[in-house]
Amino acid sequence: MSMKLRTSPHLISDRSVERIMFHVVLALLPICAFSVWQYGLSALALLVTVTASCLFTERWLNRASGEASTLGDWSAVITGLLLALTLPPAFPLWMGVVAAFVSIAIGKAMFGGLGHNLFNPALIGRAFVQAAFPTAITIWVPAYASQRFTEFIPSTLTLPFMMPNDNVHWVAQASVDGFTGATPLARWKFEHFAYPFEDLLTGAVSASTGETSAVLLVACGLYLIARRFMDWRIPVAVLGSALLVAWVFRMYDPVTYPPIHLVLFSGGLMLGALFMATDLATSPVTPVGVWIYGALIGVVTVMIRYFGGLTEGVMYAILLGNALTPLIDQYTQPRVFGTRQRRNK
Amino acid sequence: MRLPFFKRAATFEHGIHPVYHKETGSLPIKRMAFAPKLVVPLSQHIGKPALCCVSVGQEVLRGQVIATADGVMSLPVHAPATGVVEAIGPMPAASGKMVDSITIRVYEADSQEVRVGAPRDVESLDKQALLAAIQSTGIAGLGGATFPAHVKLNVPADAVIDTLVVNGAECEPFLTCDHRVMVERTQDLLRGIRYALKISGAPRAIIGVEDNKPDAIAAIQAALPADGTITVQALETKYPQGAEDTIIYALLGREIPAGQRPASIGVLMNNVMTLAYLGRLLPAGEGMVERVLTVAGPAVKKPGNYIVPIGTPLRFLLEQVGASSNAKEIILGGPMMGMTISSLDVPVTKGTSGVLAFAEATAEAQRSYACIKCGECVNVCPKFLNPSQLGLLAAKREYEVMAERYNLDRCFECGCCSYVCPSHIPLVQQFRIAKAVNRERATA
Repeated sequence: MSMKLRTSPHLISDRSVERIMFHVVLALLPICAFSVWQYGLSALALLVTVTASCLFTERWLNRASGEASTLGDWSAVITGLLLALTLPPAFPLWMGVVAAFVSIAIGKAMFGGLGHNLFNPALIGRAFVQAAFPTAITIWVPAYASQRFTEFIPSTLTLPFMMPNDNVHWVAQASVDGFTGATPLARWKFEHFAYPFEDLLTGAVSASTGETSAVLLVACGLYLIARRFMDWRIPVAVLGSALLVAWVFRMYDPVTYPPIHLVLFSGGLMLGALFMATDLATSPVTPVGVWIYGALIGVVTVMIRYFGGLTEGVMYAILLGNALTPLIDQYTQPRVFGTRQRRNK
Repeated sequence: MRLPFFKRAATFEHGIHPVYHKETGSLPIKRMAFAPKLVVPLSQHIGKPALCCVSVGQEVLRGQVIATADGVMSLPVHAPATGVVEAIGPMPAASGKMVDSITIRVYEADSQEVRVGAPRDVESLDKQALLAAIQSTGIAGLGGATFPAHVKLNVPADAVIDTLVVNGAECEPFLTCDHRVMVERTQDLLRGIRYALKISGAPRAIIGVEDNKPDAIAAIQAALPADGTITVQALETKYPQGAEDTIIYALLGREIPAGQRPASIGVLMNNVMTLAYLGRLLPAGEGMVERVLTVAGPAVKKPGNYIVPIGTPLRFLLEQVGASSNAKEIILGGPMMGMTISSLDVPVTKGTSGVLAFAEATAEAQRSYACIKCGECVNVCPKFLNPSQLGLLAAKREYEVMAERYNLDRCFECGCCSYVCPSHIPLVQQFRIAKAVNRERATA
């Protein structure tokens, strides 16, 4: 009889990295499916191309560094899907490949892989293409275009290293009323037009691939929270602080500042709060730190939207939060049991 | 966070809910036969080993002292069976080391009646005489800590003890021996509690029992004295409810100041098994020759709680319960804090609360990942440490920083962090290594 020796504990739970990541992928799938329903072939091509590029980059870098494949932990799939969901649906595919490469290679592998990265890899890729392709990142098309399942949006199929194709004819054929080529946040910023609440909830607006239906995003987030694969405190802190700041400004000056529903349910705030800010590796671990981090992201998002040159601020707010995470963790170490300051009962 | 309008079982913050496997909790305690040979270590307690007072070839009676206590911080050892001393010398112990032991060849067909004992009138004894009597029983902390009972009960003269906390939580999965003792030996337990109250001068005792043992709570409730000095309190079923810090916090809302003993906040704590044996052996004037322990695990055909003579080799014990010969892993104690053993020649000692046999290794080495900073370990650590940060530092061998800035020494290795870690990082093991290196550096 050979006896196995090991130090305690001898029981472990069924939680594992693969399992957590797999469930995040599951939760993202309905959002992807809905975006394909809204934007058709182009959204599908973008999701597939970006995710495949992420996987390819990850595998290639595994091989280059002589380590075992890390595709099995599902994290590259999450990065790919999240990245695609933050890009405009008509984003040229070749630029999507560039974004995917930057996400994995610079956002993740360069730091040492999963768990070592300081920033959310998908947002690193998104930030890179925002700077590199400022025109392409603001190509907006209407949702529910009539020919979306039969034709690609022209800009999707732009040849590599070329400027994006013009979508004017495609949009004209789309038979969608009142399309302006701007997102709800941009329309507020430049025209002071507030989309009605129900359009934002159901996604009948033009925006990034995965950020349109707030209802669906919340439902998928709730699934992860209920299965304990996501920390509920982060989205609550992000949305709560954004709501509070937006409410204060709206009370102060309702002409200049948008209605609260526009702040909460448009743009990437919902997607960012639920699926990006909650990225495990780049958010704090301490109970107090989690709240500070979330509140910071919410406040900075609103500040960028109101006072910055950009219409959207979630990406930079989260990247800023990521950058501050080690500092937040360090200054919010939990109080050790038995060191309570106030007198014992 | 305890809401005032939402009454529930007392508990502590953080902790985990493993699968409990408490199936043996409904089975009555049974007696186990004598093994042909019993191996009785001289050191089954914390402190100095006992001094052997028999010689090879000598006949001994069940209950006879075969090794005497070496000073105050030591305990005597009693012969667990009638027979002949066959050998005196080093034998394998659970720690993996060789420990001086007395091997007794048991006379066949001997009954398990204790042959040596002098009933005493405990009520008439004063504190010092009581403590001496307790030492003579050889009782150590039977929850597994094996601290000599008479030393623990003898609280410092300057400490005022207002509460005796009786630990009946039994939060380790699989183990149910405390549970059965509370149900079947309730009177022993209450007697033992009264002795402990008398010695410590504490005016009251609270018995904390996890709420997955309603029959134990009911049995105690029915037997409580009318004067209200002893009460029983249900605790939430959560690991590690039975640790010193957590159960005292759950019952009294007091935190033991870091690095201090419970006496500093007016508390004395004892395990139910220890007090039940105290209540049983002290009036009978007998020594500790056997103990109740749980034998369980998937590889055991007849799991249950058994009265096992001290010194019974595990090989014999496992044969008796029909453990399959392909058991890959044997754990002494519970699966969260117990230890695996390398040899079946290791005997049952006073501190053995359970023997668990697994056909498959319990936590098969899984692929381990880098820390993904999910913070789950921070959310479960009952000492509010930051195991995530400690683990990252351990990987970089920053052992001193771990101790100085992240309170490594407060960790009592309950295993919650390793249990929940999705990256399967052996956190507790890393912490043990770090502590050992720091200890070595401190003495060097």
